[in-house]
Amino acid sequence: MLRFVLRRLVQVVPTLLLLSLLVFAWLRSLPGGPASAFLGDRATPERIAELNRVLGLDQPIFVQYGRFLGRVLTGDFGASTITGQPVLAEIGRALPATVELSVLALVIAVALGIPLGYLAAQHRGGPVDIATVIGTLIGVAVPVFFLGYLLKAFFAVELGWFPPSGRLSIDVDATNVTGFVVLDGLLTREFDASLDALSHLVLPAVALATIPLAVIVRITRASVLDVLGSDFVRTANSKGLAPGTVRSRHVLRNALLPVSTTIGLQVGLLLAGAVLTEKVFVWGGIGTLLADAITLKDYPRLQALLLLGALVYVLVNLLVDLSYAIIDPRVRL
Amino acid sequence: MTPLLEVDDLRVAFRRRGEPDTVAVDGVSFDVAPGQVIGLVGESGCGKSVTAMAIMRLLPARGVRVTGSVQLDGVDLLGLSESQMRERRGKDLSMVFQDPLSSLNPVIPIGLQVTEVLARHRGMAKEPARKAAADLLERVGIPDPRRRLGSYPHQLSGGMRQRALIAIALACRPRLLIADEPTTALDVTIQAQILELLRELVRETGAALIMITHDLGVVAGLCETVNVLYGGRIVERAQRHRLFGTPRHPYTHGLLRSIPRLDAPSGEELVAIRGSVVDNLPWEHACAFAPRCPRAVDLCTGTTPLAETSGGRLLRCHNPVPASAE
Amino acid sequence: MSTTWATRRKTRIDDLSAGRSLTSEAFRRLRRDPVALTGATIVGVFVVIAALAPLIAPHGAAEAFPALQENLRPGSIPGPQDGFPLGGDQLGRDFYSRMLLASQQTLLVGVLATVIGLIVGIVIGTLAGAFGGWVDTVLMRVTDVLLAVPSLLLAISVAALAASPSQTTVIIAVAVVGVPIFARLLRGSMLSQRDSDHVIAATALGVKRPAVVLRHMLPNAIGPVIVQATLTLATAILDAAALSFLGLGDADPGRAEWGLMLAQAQSYLDVRPALAFYPAIAIIVVALGFTLLGESLREALDPKGSR
Repeated sequence: MLRFVLRRLVQVVPTLLLLSLLVFAWLRSLPGGPASAFLGDRATPERIAELNRVLGLDQPIFVQYGRFLGRVLTGDFGASTITGQPVLAEIGRALPATVELSVLALVIAVALGIPLGYLAAQHRGGPVDIATVIGTLIGVAVPVFFLGYLLKAFFAVELGWFPPSGRLSIDVDATNVTGFVVLDGLLTREFDASLDALSHLVLPAVALATIPLAVIVRITRASVLDVLGSDFVRTANSKGLAPGTVRSRHVLRNALLPVSTTIGLQVGLLLAGAVLTEKVFVWGGIGTLLADAITLKDYPRLQALLLLGALVYVLVNLLVDLSYAIIDPRVRL
Repeated sequence: MTPLLEVDDLRVAFRRRGEPDTVAVDGVSFDVAPGQVIGLVGESGCGKSVTAMAIMRLLPARGVRVTGSVQLDGVDLLGLSESQMRERRGKDLSMVFQDPLSSLNPVIPIGLQVTEVLARHRGMAKEPARKAAADLLERVGIPDPRRRLGSYPHQLSGGMRQRALIAIALACRPRLLIADEPTTALDVTIQAQILELLRELVRETGAALIMITHDLGVVAGLCETVNVLYGGRIVERAQRHRLFGTPRHPYTHGLLRSIPRLDAPSGEELVAIRGSVVDNLPWEHACAFAPRCPRAVDLCTGTTPLAETSGGRLLRCHNPVPASAE
Repeated sequence: MSTTWATRRKTRIDDLSAGRSLTSEAFRRLRRDPVALTGATIVGVFVVIAALAPLIAPHGAAEAFPALQENLRPGSIPGPQDGFPLGGDQLGRDFYSRMLLASQQTLLVGVLATVIGLIVGIVIGTLAGAFGGWVDTVLMRVTDVLLAVPSLLLAISVAALAASPSQTTVIIAVAVVGVPIFARLLRGSMLSQRDSDHVIAATALGVKRPAVVLRHMLPNAIGPVIVQATLTLATAILDAAALSFLGLGDADPGRAEWGLMLAQAQSYLDVRPALAFYPAIAIIVVALGFTLLGESLREALDPKGSR
């Protein structure tokens, strides 16, 4: 097992190196060159020249790449041109908000998606199945940000069931421990704060969950259909096992293998979706950092987010691979 | 002796939207006595596997129509509710399938796949069930059974997997075992071992066995009575030695002549049956085999041959091979 | 009578194996598939409207009307009235005309982005699949890394490279997202072709390598890629809308494009929701159309799917 983990970890290294090379190339092709892009509005010829020297842009290209790599590895992504603060610290502060949102969205997508997909497969061709399939097709066709506004307009503004934006109501006092508002409330026994934070989470999480939900439903349905037609399910039935046993032990166990891979792939969708959802719900997480970085051309921040986003994605998929090895005995460890 | 299983006028039709029904099994009737071994023989597509699936009630509920009756100990299985049928499957009657690798669940250990039947039908607790499972694996010839309980199907050889499947099927000592091409996916040397094992086990447990195969060699060594199926109907049924000695239906005759034999005079040609199952005529107004039959006469393409029984042999043919031909 | 039944059945099987190709079989199946028909109808209507938009639209996309502008004040945008069936937009332009004209721009963005991504992807996939070896390794490594970047993030980083956003940057950014997908798909498909009998036969007959690749491998491998392109058309339109929403869309205020209109209308959602609803529904329907068409194409081309 340990050897398998190590081998997979080593396999990730070239991918990450190549990724850094691409981001480096991206930096070099920024409008006006990295220095003027990094300085933004504060760019003057002197400052550009100075930054060029600091960034080592007067050095040969491979030396530049080496320095870039060194900086990236030490977590030095420079300072945001908007706030002047170190980018990494900014990201650290914004991370809990996005993680909270994405985790809830993923939980919603998985908790609803797998049963729905299973149900649709079991009633293949029936009204439940057809409705589910149509639902998933529409689900992926709706622009995420529009759905966010729609939810907000209806459930927050019209019905007033949920707050329209932000992570906490202004009048709620919450002690900051971990940055995860819901968790903080539980830790400090300020349960009102937790509850308030949860009610803020609902609408953005639902908006963010829509596409992953649709994808998980479709994969689960296809996978269950595949397994239902397999010989070993026929064997299970020929043994006279109770329907529940056949379902959980024989059908689901096997059908969930491809689904687990898909769940890993959803992390990418969540990252992208977070950019849009957070903007709609004024969330103040990573997505908001990214959206502002785009509008205000904050390239140091953009560079850091690009690298970290891809890094998270690669690592999550590595985790999925590893868990796959645990669920599926056929994968050699 | 009163039969254990009575299949009477079994008919299975697959329906597809916008297309006429496809009749896979067309009025099949046969009996199996306790402890008896019978064979269902025919090419792929002749309806032998569908017959087995219909007896087990494992055909999908939608798009399939099963009529006739399948009586096990006087109880019509086709009339049982799904949950009543689940009580019987694996306990009173069970089945061994063709492809042992795909027929075993790849992600759970062999042990659990055996013990779950015992737990279900015998209500056995975990430890006694494991012990019984190990004994079963040992009985079917799997070495080091205790350790094998924790193995996954992909860690076993093809022959071992088939032995495991047989252990599962016989775990609750069913009185009827259906084996659907149990040796087809195996190496020739393993095939003989598996057949020998099946023969021993049915003798030991007193179970009746329905052997489904396209291979007359398998039938020759095992079955007392042989049913030859063509196009969803039984075209000939006889005791094994009579069927092999004097095949009367041209199809049976053809099947036998297409087997290579060691004791055949050298130079004798193997004769293949021409055409394939897709060339069938509909039974409603002809003999389905007529287009491929070397003995076909005008009558064969215009009139349905009826099943006639004489001297313990059932035959469905207008122009049978003369009894003296072989 | 019974004999004819047999012969009829036999000939059908014969021409299945001999004459009829898989593609014509697929089309025969598609014509009877309600899902495919729905998708094709939506796409067909969309394309026709897009083509005829300049002729049907009563006004220009950038044309502002005093009658509409006069009634434009904070918190109120004029609704439907004489001459303006859908009312005006936030700048006093005819919303109906803009909706129609936007179909053309939306189609243009979607198709161009997909086609550019397709062409680059095909070139990369063909090189990788045809040559194998280190060419394959290098190309596929790069593709894998691009695939590892979440698609919208990739589009954003490409769009952010432009000094100022424009329609071209949107198209290129969305096209880049498709490249690794197409390349991977085609390469996989080519690899399975490389070992197939007819390619080996062609090589054995002395057909030159480029000819084998272009005439024998590529045409047989391209099916799944075309299916993917149909599906990508839907995501391309959605990605373009997302870019517009993030302020990376076309900066030209006169341009009418559904994604752009939807993004801009978010600020007027409580004033005149129709400004957002119409483009949103248009996008959803069109994306759905391409998805339905793509999915049924995929199913039809998959020999296993014929059940």
